[in-house]
Amino acid sequence: MVPTRELLPTAEPLSLLRKDGSPVEDSPLAMPDDDVLLELHRRMVVGRRFDTQATALTKQGRLAVYPSSRGQEACEVGAVLALREQDWLFPTYRDCVALVTRGVDSAETLTLLQGGWHLGYDPYVHRVGPQCTPLATNTLHAVGFAHAARLKGEDTAALVLVGDGATSEGDTHEALNFAGVWKAPVVFLVQNNGYAISVPMSKQNAAPSLAHKGIGYGVPSVLVDGNDVAAVYAVVKEAVEAGGPTLIEALTYRIEAHTNADDATRYRTSDEVAAWLDRDPVDRIEAYLTARGLLTPERRAAVAAEAEEFAAGVRAALNTDHEHDPMSLFEHVYATPTRHLREQAALLAEELA
Amino acid sequence: MTAQSTSQSTSLSMAAALNRAMADALAEDPTVLVFGEDVGALGGVFRVTDGLEARFGSHRVFDTPLAESGIVGTAIGMAMNGLRPVVEMQFDAFAYPAFEQITSHLAKLRNRTRGRIGLPVVIRVPYGGGIGGVEHHCDSSEAYYTHTPGLTVVTPGTPDDAYRLLRDAIASPDPVIFLEPKRRYWSKGEVTFEGSTPMDRAVIRRPGRDVTVIAYGPMVATALETAEAATEEGWDVEVVDLRSLAPFDDETVCASVRRTGRAVVVHEASGFGGYGAEVAARVTERCFHHLHAPVLRVTGWDIPYPPPKLEEHHLPNVDRILDTIARLQWDDEVVGVRGA
Repeated sequence: MVPTRELLPTAEPLSLLRKDGSPVEDSPLAMPDDDVLLELHRRMVVGRRFDTQATALTKQGRLAVYPSSRGQEACEVGAVLALREQDWLFPTYRDCVALVTRGVDSAETLTLLQGGWHLGYDPYVHRVGPQCTPLATNTLHAVGFAHAARLKGEDTAALVLVGDGATSEGDTHEALNFAGVWKAPVVFLVQNNGYAISVPMSKQNAAPSLAHKGIGYGVPSVLVDGNDVAAVYAVVKEAVEAGGPTLIEALTYRIEAHTNADDATRYRTSDEVAAWLDRDPVDRIEAYLTARGLLTPERRAAVAAEAEEFAAGVRAALNTDHEHDPMSLFEHVYATPTRHLREQAALLAEELA
Repeated sequence: MTAQSTSQSTSLSMAAALNRAMADALAEDPTVLVFGEDVGALGGVFRVTDGLEARFGSHRVFDTPLAESGIVGTAIGMAMNGLRPVVEMQFDAFAYPAFEQITSHLAKLRNRTRGRIGLPVVIRVPYGGGIGGVEHHCDSSEAYYTHTPGLTVVTPGTPDDAYRLLRDAIASPDPVIFLEPKRRYWSKGEVTFEGSTPMDRAVIRRPGRDVTVIAYGPMVATALETAEAATEEGWDVEVVDLRSLAPFDDETVCASVRRTGRAVVVHEASGFGGYGAEVAARVTERCFHHLHAPVLRVTGWDIPYPPPKLEEHHLPNVDRILDTIARLQWDDEVVGVRGA
């Protein structure tokens, strides 16, 4: 029996850790176990190193583009580790850290942004849908997927990631409505990082919060501190276990520009960025774990070394040149190539001969 | 595809044949689902899904919220999870909110994922005019879909094809846009329940020696009427029913045009940038030395679909097709292209 859940979010974001890493005494959320907290920390450190490595590879021309999620690691890691093995993740282009946290190979994660193909991994291996470039369309895929699981009698939840800008798209609203009507086991995690490329919240939304949008669809909603990985983990885990739809707005910040092709100084101040750097999600969990004696200097060094090793693997994979077969253009348009495509393939083969 | 072979045939309306196709698919394959707006208790505004919810249960045949992008988007998610959704867009123009889901995801996911995600989704779209419908209820939207690689686009011209093509569409591993000529829903014909023509092949509905009229969906019956009327003019008209718009059956169409040496393409949709232009180009490219005249088109005017009291002036009819056939340089006269 699912307990009655509040449709409206709290006025203040739920949290477990203050920005200095001290615990919130009266939080309604359950503090994750120590081993979970240590794992959250480890994966955030590795994820951040992956992110900075990908940004560096862009500058070296190895990636066509990279949308960084630096500053959003608590959302990316906390939400993914709260999933069970059988659950599915429906990410966007900004969620590469979520993908590697889920176990997707880092080079396969970056195939889309490297430009070799639109997707490098098999979605069925780690239960991760294709990274979605159009905004909000993945919300409906998540709802359909989760509803199908229920029709088949399977206990599978879907976690769909969107940004603040995507909450203005119609598909987000259709998906929340379908999920509400079908009571589909879908967690909508809105990473509100303050900007849709350059457009701030004030020009995106007139509701008291993005989480408030759930009430119109009968979907229980949660507002959470998106830089508090313990809190993000706790609310996503609770939402997955609840078995129905939940809308979660996580308040966070995109430290880097939209992508390497963007100039963030045109629309935001360095003071604003500095204020958010002061609320860094990795520092916060480190401060808490260190104060509790769980994060020893040895473990910290080991995690840092693991992150470096991970980054070296990413560099090695991305610095390798791959052949791209032009004839592969005609593959997988249909299950069986049509006569028409076979003719066109023959024309290209002639050109290449 | 396991064709249900029965030696029986029966006379059914196209709507009833489509209903039977869905019922048989639901009965044979537990992964098939039917959903959309009003398809449950009401049985669809055209009654094409009549009785299916009662027979198969509301977990397999069900009404959805009124949101076309939502219907197609959730169908994609369901197909990713092993189901075979058959969804209904209530009217042609009402499918436009789903355009992004269709073109950016449904059509592309197999290709984007290198074949790892296949989407066996059928989108049924009642399309075309001729029923006195008000605006947004009579569009011929086929060119939007045929221009999108990854989609299969088919449209039946007879009740028999309606049954067979829908069974094949549901069995297809790829997404199929299934265009139902709504003005022919109530036309009856023999339905054999047997598959003799593959889904991607055109058929010759009426053999003839002098000119090939290429039609599909609602215009197949009009083309056949024209062929009968043309005998009075001394023309023996061959009618090709395309059935599949994408992929296009060059072989059957071009073999016909090479025999007759003349071709007219007919569709309700506007001509400019329309499907007929592709047919004319492909026929000309492949049959140029067999042609006695340019390939001509008979289409709707290049206007938004008109109100019901004016639609008869918009839609191709027997007289217009006959007039166009008359312009195919029978006596070396100068060709006049209608509307030029």
